[in-house]
Amino acid sequence: MLGWFHRLGSPKTFFGMSQSWPKTFGLLSLVLLALGTVWGLLFAPPDYQQGHSVRIMYVHVPAAAVAQSCYLIMAISSAVFLIWNIKLADWAAKSMAPIGASLAFLVLITGAIWGKPTWGTWWVWDARLTSTLVLLLLYLGIIALRNALEEKGNDGRPCAVLALVGLVNLPIIKYSVDWWFTLHQPASFTLTEKPKMPPEMWIPLLLMAAGYYLFVFSVWTSRIRNEIISRERKTAWAKAWAGSQ
Amino acid sequence: MKPHRRQRLAVILFLLITVGSGVTFMLIALNENINLFYSAEQILTGAAPKNKTIKAGGMVLEGSVERSPHNLEVRFLISDMQGHSVPIIYTGILPDLFREGQGVVTEGMLEDSGNFRASRVLAKHDENYMPPELADMLNEKHVQNKSWSKIP
Repeated sequence: MLGWFHRLGSPKTFFGMSQSWPKTFGLLSLVLLALGTVWGLLFAPPDYQQGHSVRIMYVHVPAAAVAQSCYLIMAISSAVFLIWNIKLADWAAKSMAPIGASLAFLVLITGAIWGKPTWGTWWVWDARLTSTLVLLLLYLGIIALRNALEEKGNDGRPCAVLALVGLVNLPIIKYSVDWWFTLHQPASFTLTEKPKMPPEMWIPLLLMAAGYYLFVFSVWTSRIRNEIISRERKTAWAKAWAGSQ
Repeated sequence: MKPHRRQRLAVILFLLITVGSGVTFMLIALNENINLFYSAEQILTGAAPKNKTIKAGGMVLEGSVERSPHNLEVRFLISDMQGHSVPIIYTGILPDLFREGQGVVTEGMLEDSGNFRASRVLAKHDENYMPPELADMLNEKHVQNKSWSKIP
């Protein structure tokens, strides 16, 4: 088990192993996203109150879930880097930050577009919306800190600590709607109860969510591979790989 | 796990616990300020300040909406569904989702008379989603049940 873990941590092994991942998972995600989009936008029923603006859900809800998952993955990579000193984990955390930031941005934008017709406002400072904005700002802070560190030739240790500190925001986002009075509604999906919507709505939503996860995985591994090859470009194996392309 | 790694893991766990408990205490201290709105009960018991812009939220009580025949003024009661309700007066266009039995958040001032004069009404959406046909069916069932209950 540990041997496997250490082999995975070697940039060269990971690079060789992940050769086909970006393309395979990228194609798979495109299929799911195309299916989910067509189903969600054209065939899923409108909502009895929101009408057709409910369709924003198919973009908004998976983006929200995945933006938070990205943060969790980034924080775990950061912890692995701090404890085991595995460089690849640092690069993995670095590669994740812009993906998570884009998704957090997408959540806020689509939420505002949905909020205007549904609630009557683009934005309120309720706990759910504010903590999601904090998530975006955390991502941006981590990216900015990383740029400043790399300019001086340092690794991402302070970034990793910041990512771990920011982890406290995830339960706040999740439970904000239960702990405080918010304008945002509570979760429609819980582990213990039936979804609060019919299957013709949650099946396309599930397809979209799976598509988002695969898309993130594809972009993430592709970014990690870029990071590896640009940092190891002077090694013999990287030169040999470049020659073979 | 080697000792120095175990030590680093301990430092990280310590960091998470410290930050976590620090933020928890902060949120508990700020609890009232994080709530977006005051509930009907808080307004009735005087927990909400008067003549100051605040938000009040709750369910629009069934059968309480009265529209003025002359202008856009509308009066309704918002309730916490536990027996507390606050009268709201609003002049303007209501959001599409506004209806009786629906959650709303209103922004405005609590007057000395106990009326809440709203300058803005936001509709709250709940976590339930359903197609219109299903909603109609549920409504019919609801009406049927009501009429049945009247028979005895």
